[in-house]
Amino acid sequence: MTDLIAKSSWVEIQGIVMAAGERAPQVPDDTKQVPLEMRAKGFLVAPASPGDEAEIKTATGRILRGTLKEVNPAYSHSFGPPIPELLTIGDEVRKLLCKDKV
Amino acid sequence: MSRESYQEIMAQREEIMRTSVGLDYAKYSTGLLAFDYERLLADTGYDIDKVRQVQSQTAVGNTALVELKNITELVRALAKPGKGARIFVKDEAANPSGSFKDRRASLSVCEAKKRGYEGVAAATSGNYGAAVASQAAKAGLKCIVVQEAFDSHGVAQPEIAEKTRACEAYGAEVIRLSVGPELFYVFLQVLKETGWFNASLYTPYSILGIETLGYELAHQMKDLAGRFPDVVIATHAGGGNVTGTARGLIKAGATKTEMIAASVDLSGLHMASDHDFNRKSFTTGHTGFSIPFTTWPDRADVPRNAARPLRYMDRFVTVSQGEVFYMTQILAELEGLERGPAGNTSLAAAFAIARELDEERIVVVQETEYTGAGKHPLAQLKLAKQMGIDVMRGDPKDNRPGRTIVIPEHPSQIAVVDVDLDHLRRSYLKNAVEQLPEGKVPDHIDIEFLAEETRTNQSYVQEVIDEFGKRG
Repeated sequence: MTDLIAKSSWVEIQGIVMAAGERAPQVPDDTKQVPLEMRAKGFLVAPASPGDEAEIKTATGRILRGTLKEVNPAYSHSFGPPIPELLTIGDEVRKLLCKDKV
Repeated sequence: MSRESYQEIMAQREEIMRTSVGLDYAKYSTGLLAFDYERLLADTGYDIDKVRQVQSQTAVGNTALVELKNITELVRALAKPGKGARIFVKDEAANPSGSFKDRRASLSVCEAKKRGYEGVAAATSGNYGAAVASQAAKAGLKCIVVQEAFDSHGVAQPEIAEKTRACEAYGAEVIRLSVGPELFYVFLQVLKETGWFNASLYTPYSILGIETLGYELAHQMKDLAGRFPDVVIATHAGGGNVTGTARGLIKAGATKTEMIAASVDLSGLHMASDHDFNRKSFTTGHTGFSIPFTTWPDRADVPRNAARPLRYMDRFVTVSQGEVFYMTQILAELEGLERGPAGNTSLAAAFAIARELDEERIVVVQETEYTGAGKHPLAQLKLAKQMGIDVMRGDPKDNRPGRTIVIPEHPSQIAVVDVDLDHLRRSYLKNAVEQLPEGKVPDHIDIEFLAEETRTNQSYVQEVIDEFGKRG
């Protein structure tokens, strides 16, 4: 049994806005084969478990309904590792300016 | 949210738009195609001084114009004797939310507040969302931003993920969607449900807000060098940046300055394709927006787009993704300015263009944008590699959007590719004629309007339209 997430927890819900077969006519074929999906964050209105239908109160006070996906969802985007193809550019152009101090 | 179908909501489009923008666009129609563009803008009641006054209330604008002396020196090291124009950049990253988009958002939010709207909403995956959220926070208005943010595998575009974070940091509600133009349907639902102001990128407020950028840089250049810039280069997507900047230059009296639009070449990638979504390393300033919006501006989320770039551009060039990443690195390492990549599209173009110009000429790159996690060459190139795109050093001519990103081996390889303006004008006219009701031909008011739109003359317009007629 999954844990019940407490009311007022900051969560993300997910929902299907348009199913794969119902996409707009101008959409390219690859996009038509997948649903239009929506995600939004807010405070959980009533206790629920991940995977349950749940309501959230968003930052603007709207009530949205969807499948409870994540609790306290992280911002996981990052810089990532250095990219070798960029690492030597600075030295290369400094040499062209005769300012190479290495 | 309401559960009305796509068709039901789209059928209410005009009514929802009218309520949410508070402008009666119909009253500006003067022909079958023509409308009074200048009156649409003037009727807002904002002249340049008033816009500057509004923007000064939220610390928008008055950004530094910085001479890129080391980059200019590098250009000269590669140029023929006597060539290599001075390059300046307007450091728009210094605006409150980190980009020139604060200028666009400022009047919309001011107007929404004045008219008593409870909140504002915007459909945007870019810097503009953060700008609207920032301005709304200051004005005490609620804000919803609708983004196209991730593909069907749930993989977020890192730059858009950063924009989600920024919007939420300003207290906005962010609706994140997977790929597809039905974002507009969701956005209309939000507007209908909330009754809030549509802070569209394409209203008169948005364009008038950018005029201060061109106006400021013209005056700053005059103070610094005693004259207006010879060339101003703007990164070009939906057309607002080019339109607003050029209008501001004209208002400052810099009527001889050449206005160049620059976009990243993303040809071959479909903007509504789920497959292609994360194979683009740029989310804006690219040809996927700039070509369609130049050849038909009225595809926007308002009935009449106030961004009409063909009226203002003297030249339109493209550069490759790899060249922009290379310039982003050079800007950081030679000038000590670490700035987001998308705004550096015009810098890459400036680097190539300055090389061909005489030393005493002045080129202004009219924006930078903030950088950060996700919104950085490292994050974009990491994702590109994950998506199977070959990232390599080489000749940028070998760039193939969606397949290879070629980072130049030498700065002399940075070059622009000219987009044929005559071809764009003809595409525009073709799109215009397709809007005509069945069996109708454009009258003299429409021909005059189309000549203004394409910066040509009435006989050119008539000739091109007649050619279409002959071809059936």
